[in-house]
Amino acid sequence: MTADFYYGIEVVLNGLMAGVLYALVALGFVLIFKASGIFNYAQGVMALFSALTLVGIMNGQIPFAHLINSIFGTHIHHFGWHVPAVLAILLTAGVMVLLAWCVQRFIFRHLVNQEPIILFMATIGLAYFMEGFGDLMWNSEIKKLDVGIPQGGSFWIEDMTSGLGGDAFYGFFIDQLDIVAAIVAIILVIILVAFSQYTKQGRAMRAVADDHQAALSVGISLNFIWVLVWSLAGFVALVAGIMWGAKSGVQFSLSLIALKALPVLMLGGFTSIPGAIVGGLIVGVGEKLFEFLIGAPFLGGATENWFAYMLALVFLVFRPQGLFGEKIIERV
Amino acid sequence: MLHSESFVTPDGRTIGPTVMEMKNITLRFGGVVAIKDISFDIREGEIRAIIGPNGAGKSSMLNVVSGFYNPQEGEVWYKGAKRPPMKPYQVARQGIARTFQNIALFEGMSVLDNVMTGRLNHMTSGIFSQALWWGKAEREEVANREAVEKVIDFLEIQHIRKTPVARLPYGLKKRVELARALAAEPKILLLDEPMAGMNVEEKEDMSRFILSVNDEFGTTIALIEHDMGVVMDLSDRVVVMDYGKKIGDGTPDEVRGNQAVIDAYLGVAHD
Repeated sequence: MTADFYYGIEVVLNGLMAGVLYALVALGFVLIFKASGIFNYAQGVMALFSALTLVGIMNGQIPFAHLINSIFGTHIHHFGWHVPAVLAILLTAGVMVLLAWCVQRFIFRHLVNQEPIILFMATIGLAYFMEGFGDLMWNSEIKKLDVGIPQGGSFWIEDMTSGLGGDAFYGFFIDQLDIVAAIVAIILVIILVAFSQYTKQGRAMRAVADDHQAALSVGISLNFIWVLVWSLAGFVALVAGIMWGAKSGVQFSLSLIALKALPVLMLGGFTSIPGAIVGGLIVGVGEKLFEFLIGAPFLGGATENWFAYMLALVFLVFRPQGLFGEKIIERV
Repeated sequence: MLHSESFVTPDGRTIGPTVMEMKNITLRFGGVVAIKDISFDIREGEIRAIIGPNGAGKSSMLNVVSGFYNPQEGEVWYKGAKRPPMKPYQVARQGIARTFQNIALFEGMSVLDNVMTGRLNHMTSGIFSQALWWGKAEREEVANREAVEKVIDFLEIQHIRKTPVARLPYGLKKRVELARALAAEPKILLLDEPMAGMNVEEKEDMSRFILSVNDEFGTTIALIEHDMGVVMDLSDRVVVMDYGKKIGDGTPDEVRGNQAVIDAYLGVAHD
């Protein structure tokens, strides 16, 4: 086999790893969409916000420091302590639950039974609010996020595979962070599926997703379930925020990864958890492979920016419900 | 009027004291008066029917009982206490289960899962125990599964336990809905047109189930029905509504002889 072949495989592997991260973001969308029919545009910003909060807590940053300083003329920035990563992650999870409660209490509770487009507009508002609020709370510098996940290429994998493709091939280069992200994502999905299939709250969640009236009639509080769902989406956003933040720093462009989740959802279907995973993997592998085989040699590169959307467009034409989505049937 | 003692119906069935009482209920939607000043009671262990022609306000009445609508005027008394305005899920938690005229099942879930949702109010383990699937949560799940299997056996739907509800025919869906309501072990079971759209055989099955639920579990049942024949056979006492007003209340025989009821059902010449 030639070295090119093995480089191709490396591209696929890296594509799978990138796909896992896309899937993580898409998963947050699916959770909320299934349970409440809300397409949450703010999912990406939630990932950003959780990453900002995590870094802020770890570094002992004082929230709203800039605001406080400009009002009172003080010069405070840090508490002067550092919080261990595990504790900080737990605290951030707590903040995400609080955020979920606020979102439900102050926005969506007042919009029950509204048109989907109105709910969607509300999430756009939420996205911009949270972006500004995150900026105000933790300021807008690019921050480094280090929760102790190993980074850089895995030498072990490189050494083990370097003999495969002759002298021109130096072994698979796979970022350890990507490997960790993949493992974490798999565990997260298993936990989510088990939770929704085998627990009381999970069953109630599926019930609400299916029929509001029937859910009420068996004693399920819709408000509680919606807070729960937003909290879960918040946790997923936190995991995505940690992974993306560790990879490329916590910066405001992080919220744009939400846009990459859109083609993933169109491929996988908006209502399917396995769909989000498979869709993420297809987009990840597809865009890397397309760049490697066609984009870079023939089209001048940078096809990764648009390939996913083209793919989604093709899907919209031939299979609008996605790979795993519920079939759209209108009975007359 | 509040009944504190039990009495024996003409059929020889003993029914208990009042468990729920509706006092002067008026329900409006904008300018439309759906229910006008209606009072009646439901006594423990009885089968109470609400009948009336189309648009009489029967379903609205049931929705008031189950908390889906809150009436503008009047009071609902339950277990001897006045019930404050409530959300439907709170009413359900008080032990009032219901079915719907147009079937509200969780279509994507299996029959077993659907019936299990009926047990939600019997699960008290906290969210953390649930999430970790530890200790109390696991024991509870097992106990509730047993209760659910009993209901499934009782309503003869064992053969479709694992089938997704969306694939079932209409008659069976109705039965699954009844199973879900029954799984909650309700104090009062509300049935909104349990036999609507069924063929004769399915109707007979359903009547049999309703009677044996009442018989074996002693469940108090309030039901709405269109089909006069079925109602008269099933129920101990009947409320008759027409244009949002109560025009009759009593045993099936009393109601059958009531001139206002006959007029409402058969029509009357206005001259």
